[in-house]
Amino acid sequence: MKKYTFTEKKDTRSGFGAGMQVLGQTNPNVVALCADLVGSLKLDAFIKENPERFIQCGISEANMIGMAAGLTIGGKIPFATTFANFATSRVYDQVRQSVAYSHKNVKICASHAGLTLGEDGATHQVLEDLGMMKMLPGMTVINPCDYNQTKAATIAIAEYDGPVYLRFGRPVIPVFTDADQKFEIGKAWMVNEGTDVSIFATGHLVWEAIQAGEMLEAEGINAEIINIHTIKPLDEKAILASVKKTGCAVSAEEHQVAGGLGDSIAQVLIQKHLAPLEYVGVKDTFGESGTPAQLMEKYGLSAKAIVEAAKRAIARKK
Amino acid sequence: MTELQSIASQVRRDILRMVHGCQSGHPGGSLGCADLLVALYFQQMKINNRKGKGGYLSFNMDGKGEDLFYLSNGHISPVFYSVLARRGYFDVTELATFRKLNSRLQGHPTTHEHLPGIRIASGSLGQGLSVAIGSALSKKLNGDKTLVYCLMGDGEQQEGQVWEAVQFAPNNNVDNLVAFVDVNGQQIDGSTKKVNDNRDLGAKYKAFGWRVLHVDGNNMDELTTLLRKIKRLVGKGQPIAVMMKTEMGQGVDFMMHSHKWHGVAPNDAQLEQALSQLEETLGDY
Repeated sequence: MKKYTFTEKKDTRSGFGAGMQVLGQTNPNVVALCADLVGSLKLDAFIKENPERFIQCGISEANMIGMAAGLTIGGKIPFATTFANFATSRVYDQVRQSVAYSHKNVKICASHAGLTLGEDGATHQVLEDLGMMKMLPGMTVINPCDYNQTKAATIAIAEYDGPVYLRFGRPVIPVFTDADQKFEIGKAWMVNEGTDVSIFATGHLVWEAIQAGEMLEAEGINAEIINIHTIKPLDEKAILASVKKTGCAVSAEEHQVAGGLGDSIAQVLIQKHLAPLEYVGVKDTFGESGTPAQLMEKYGLSAKAIVEAAKRAIARKK
Repeated sequence: MTELQSIASQVRRDILRMVHGCQSGHPGGSLGCADLLVALYFQQMKINNRKGKGGYLSFNMDGKGEDLFYLSNGHISPVFYSVLARRGYFDVTELATFRKLNSRLQGHPTTHEHLPGIRIASGSLGQGLSVAIGSALSKKLNGDKTLVYCLMGDGEQQEGQVWEAVQFAPNNNVDNLVAFVDVNGQQIDGSTKKVNDNRDLGAKYKAFGWRVLHVDGNNMDELTTLLRKIKRLVGKGQPIAVMMKTEMGQGVDFMMHSHKWHGVAPNDAQLEQALSQLEETLGDY
């Protein structure tokens, strides 16, 4: 098992804020919009350095999405930011018609995704956003795994012409990827090569998958771990190559099992290479208040849950 | 008839023939707004008149240096398509493909089929004003002094997003924006008064901080006078809202004074009767 270490823990939303600061300095067309959550989205540096390129929308997410679509006409690159729940389910029709169907170069940047938003509870813990967004034709969906990768993804999506959903979160998690990485949209990242089971993880569950890999190694199981930071377009080639080698798979995501990364992988496997697949995700339920760690444990999103899923997948082989 | 009135007459004929041709679509509001769209596209708006492929107006999505128009109540697409074709963005014969398979003239306007002149999809109501504001902000960021026009329906004012946008624009000095509300008092299920009364829309916009004007949207003289006045009122810190009184079905006697023709196509006899009331001025497609 390849060793991954970290010297600090940071939230991925701060990676977004750092990426925005870079974009503010390097890309004069980038405009930031926010619906009354500037602090939560870590936009302070961007706003301080580019006040004329920041649009405070107030608590009006539908208007924010529509204005972002309009800003693209004239060549601006709007980054529309709020909590993941308000960036997706609250404004789904606005995103569908004004952004996706109109194919506008809008970057929908969503923080506080999933259970690990924590104490605010289920009203804010969107677990359906990846599914909703990936269903929209032409929408790119990205869920990076740590601070550095989120920063790199933020910078990368400004260079890409088309609508993007970028998802990140609130929990403070290990920073284990390279600070100077180049983010390639749609290209899966091989975290650890293995032979017994393929673990496809997205977002901060990649770190859980690494922990799981070490636990499995102690039991003599050699897990391949792949970071699927881009849910759509999905790197089918990487998925198929891995499963053809290992013969079974686990998906791991902080999202409903229905409609998430696991479902996308299942579609690939069903059509192109039948193999056992076990889901690690939220199983048709809403979240609740609690600390991120408590919620990860209770809803079966921890390294331990990935280990168990890997063993189930291996047992189903042949 | 003035030149604009003569164009509007032909646009009304186009609308009726398009809707009749596919036996679907929305003639009522389209007929009501024909005068405004003709006045905007044939007189008011600064449009790039450079011709491109096939001799049609060259269309650029970014629209820098041009006045831009956004149709929020996308169901009145027939009037939009007719005016764009008559203005020279594409061939008028293409109007015959309206709402048919493989057409660029979808039931509701879209950028998806790359029809020149369309900058955003609309149809699901309440979204156009937000887009228009974003477009106006883009112009400001680009130092582009041209203007943004938006048309909404009065029934559409029942959508919550409209009021998010109405609140935002004056607070952010979006003064390169002119929003028209087509006040025809009708919506699918009956009069707006009965369905969900908008009450005094002008007073509401004013209370939100807009400069509010009123006009008879079916009186071309009044319209063009108002549009000239608007050119002097923009750039003064306030967005402009025009409460435009129109008659749904304007120009066809049996389609007026009712919500019945909001989304119903005329049959052969009704089409003939309707066309007999509108002069063919530029040649039917």
